[in-house]
Amino acid sequence: MATGIKDKVAILGMGCSKFGERWESGAEELMVEAYLEALEDAGVETSQIQAAWFSTAFDEVNVGKGGTPLSVALRLPNIPVTHVENFCASGSEAFRGAVYAVAAGACDIALALGVEKLKDTGYGGLPAREQGTLNPLWNANGSAPGNFAQLASAYRAKHKVSRDDLKRAIAHVSVKSHANGAKNPKAHLQKPITEEMCLKAPMIAEPLGLFDCCGVSDGAACAIVTTPEIAKNLGKTDLITVKALQLALSNGLESQHNSWDGSYFHTARIAARRAYEEACIRNPRAEISMMEVHDCFSITELVTMEDLHISREGEGWKDVLDGFYDAGGRVPCQIDGGLKCFGHPIGASGLRMLYEMYLQLLGRAGPRQLASPRIGLTHNLGGSPAMNVCSVAIIGAQGA
Amino acid sequence: MTGIAAYGAYIPRLRLQRKAAAAANAWFAPGLRASAKGERSMASWDEDALTMAVEAGRDCLPATDPLRDRAGVDALYFASTSQPFSDRLNAAIVARALSLPEAISAIDVAASQRAGLSALVAGFDALRSGRAIRPLIVAGEKRKARAASSQELSFGDAGAALALGGCETIANFLGSHSLTIDFVDHFRGSAEEFDYGWEERWVRDEGFAKIVPAAIRGLLEKTGVNGADIAHFILPCPFPRLDQQLAGRCGIDPARVRDNLAGRVGDSGAAHALLMLVHALEDARPGEKILVAQFGQGCDALLFEATPAIAGYAKRSAVSGSLARGKEETNYLKYLAFNGLIALEKGMRAEVDRKTALSVLYRKNDMLMGLVGGKCRICGTAQFPRTRICVSPNCHAVDTQEPHSFAESEGAVLSWSADFLTYSIAPPNHYGMITFAEGGRLMADITDVEQGQIDSGMKVRMAFRIKDVDERRGFRRYFWKAVPAPQA
Repeated sequence: MATGIKDKVAILGMGCSKFGERWESGAEELMVEAYLEALEDAGVETSQIQAAWFSTAFDEVNVGKGGTPLSVALRLPNIPVTHVENFCASGSEAFRGAVYAVAAGACDIALALGVEKLKDTGYGGLPAREQGTLNPLWNANGSAPGNFAQLASAYRAKHKVSRDDLKRAIAHVSVKSHANGAKNPKAHLQKPITEEMCLKAPMIAEPLGLFDCCGVSDGAACAIVTTPEIAKNLGKTDLITVKALQLALSNGLESQHNSWDGSYFHTARIAARRAYEEACIRNPRAEISMMEVHDCFSITELVTMEDLHISREGEGWKDVLDGFYDAGGRVPCQIDGGLKCFGHPIGASGLRMLYEMYLQLLGRAGPRQLASPRIGLTHNLGGSPAMNVCSVAIIGAQGA
Repeated sequence: MTGIAAYGAYIPRLRLQRKAAAAANAWFAPGLRASAKGERSMASWDEDALTMAVEAGRDCLPATDPLRDRAGVDALYFASTSQPFSDRLNAAIVARALSLPEAISAIDVAASQRAGLSALVAGFDALRSGRAIRPLIVAGEKRKARAASSQELSFGDAGAALALGGCETIANFLGSHSLTIDFVDHFRGSAEEFDYGWEERWVRDEGFAKIVPAAIRGLLEKTGVNGADIAHFILPCPFPRLDQQLAGRCGIDPARVRDNLAGRVGDSGAAHALLMLVHALEDARPGEKILVAQFGQGCDALLFEATPAIAGYAKRSAVSGSLARGKEETNYLKYLAFNGLIALEKGMRAEVDRKTALSVLYRKNDMLMGLVGGKCRICGTAQFPRTRICVSPNCHAVDTQEPHSFAESEGAVLSWSADFLTYSIAPPNHYGMITFAEGGRLMADITDVEQGQIDSGMKVRMAFRIKDVDERRGFRRYFWKAVPAPQA
């Protein structure tokens, strides 16, 4: 009988590159930047790492396929390196692989590293994703913002929210994240914005304007994990352990069956429930200290507040406007600035979210440090509302 | 007695205002101002001869379940001079889009303006010989014309369809007469995009005025009908008033000459005689005789007589419905862009390779061409696409799905967006989750929709359109898109 992952694995060290338009750096340099920070934090040598999971998503403009790019960049000692890709949740997948390997006892110390070099396409925005041979023959000619924007039309229709109210609520999502990101030297975008700027921004995909969309950046993030026992033996005292790691994937229900109404993430609700059960959390609104969610678009973050069972269904937009998720609110969300300010180097984002939760739990978040957080949740989503991969991870202080 | 059993037509929604086109070109070709009256139909970027023929075919043969309701068609003729493929049976694409059975004959009829009527003659030959019982004739035309040419103003885009049969006809076929003469008023070489024409006066006096009356007189003689008995005279004719003069020369009352739709559609080439014939059938009363002729390396002429059944013929959109749903387009640059006549900066996002895996296209042919999904025998869930395992969360039965067409299903918009980021030649690209009344859904492009005129709950119908153009290889992909349902 499975007993879950709670407290079986500790984070030994983490690293995160500066995110942004890293014109001077390729994927290799970004990987090394994140890795060296994590290695120093962990207090181990490369020779002690026994297995690695490596996440990227846009092979075509990044490092190509396979695990060798990581092995070569870090000069790993010929250990197993598994390349993972699971849409925009790839970073969380790398982390899951490494954590599971340690929990299984297959190795003592494992590495998860995600990187994406996106700014070599010649244009702004995400590159078009390769879809295989059949999908391009019938899939709508869409983009990420256009697919996620559809949440807004369905949410408005279902909950009878006016376009103006919803537009203001999603503007607040972005204003809040920029206020947080302004305090983070590793964020790509470090300038505060106003609600008016959001409302007047050029339209990208109705109703999402420019400031409703996350940036496109280069970056890498990295975690080194081990067992709590080994971490203690290595001299670590304040241990951050993994409480839950859940992943839920669409099976075609949303895109092919009329039971889904388009206003929420079917997978996120499932992954969240499983994660709370695994982490023994009964009342997430009271027990979760802080969150880093997948705010690829402002509307995604808004509906996610309901899907994670923090806000009641149909009321997330009011909680957002009430400041419930602001830095000074009850459950601060995107305290590092989120995808909104970090941008979204796909393979790295899930690990970047965990990095912020890790810093906060250790009291190392500098000017944006929250008062004594105990439990942090990350939500990392890939695909589109109608067809996706949703990861929910929870980490916290050992014993929390 | 053989005759026409059903008709249908399709004229694209946009109507380019000739005044706008002439005004844009006045600096270069001031003479165009003289013909800058009225409007011409203008296919959207995702429409071509094939998609318009399919729409006309759907109008002609309305269906609830096209796989069942159109199973009787046993011969298909597709007429056009602007068919998208020179070597790939265009009629086969029409057949698949209409969900016609595989056991039919199918022929592309091309290379002359009278191809529509030639196809009709061939259809009656098949019917009368007993080789076919239910031939379907479809035509579509979307000809390119050079910017600032007179053809740009005079051409129009349209499709028309006629189903033939031996019983329950609305117009009986009395006979035909054909002349084949290598008179080259214009031509378009096989690798050329545009027509090359000879002096209009010569075409009029030495061609039209001599060849057309000869064909009509031959037909009247052959059928023993007096010109004075013709109630509807149909002749696509680019020369003003010449149609009346020619009618008069054949003993036909010039007042019986049908409007050639030049003012509202333009000349839809190989589809035009059929389009005008459909328009006449909408008006014809029992017993009226209809003569249709079209010029092109000779002339085809056919004679019909409306039967009593025409009075009770179920209403189609046909020509009058299409005319009523037109939308004025005054943006000449948009016309140029939709017709590939101007090199727009499309941006890097448009550089995606659109190579089509032909083996996949074949494996999923009914899905992609016919919008055929599945319906589970066990739980009854309709779904798209058809898969081995039922999507219903309470079923998941294996290998239980029967083919189920969504092509004629009524849909509604569940969620949508208007996307300015993704490349489209008609931005913003609208798309959304379309749910079908009987179950099933798909994320589909939404076309022929105006910004701000869409919201969740809007009713849509599905339409067969160009999905992508592979310019590197000269291939076109087709698939189904949602269009706003006509207002009841």
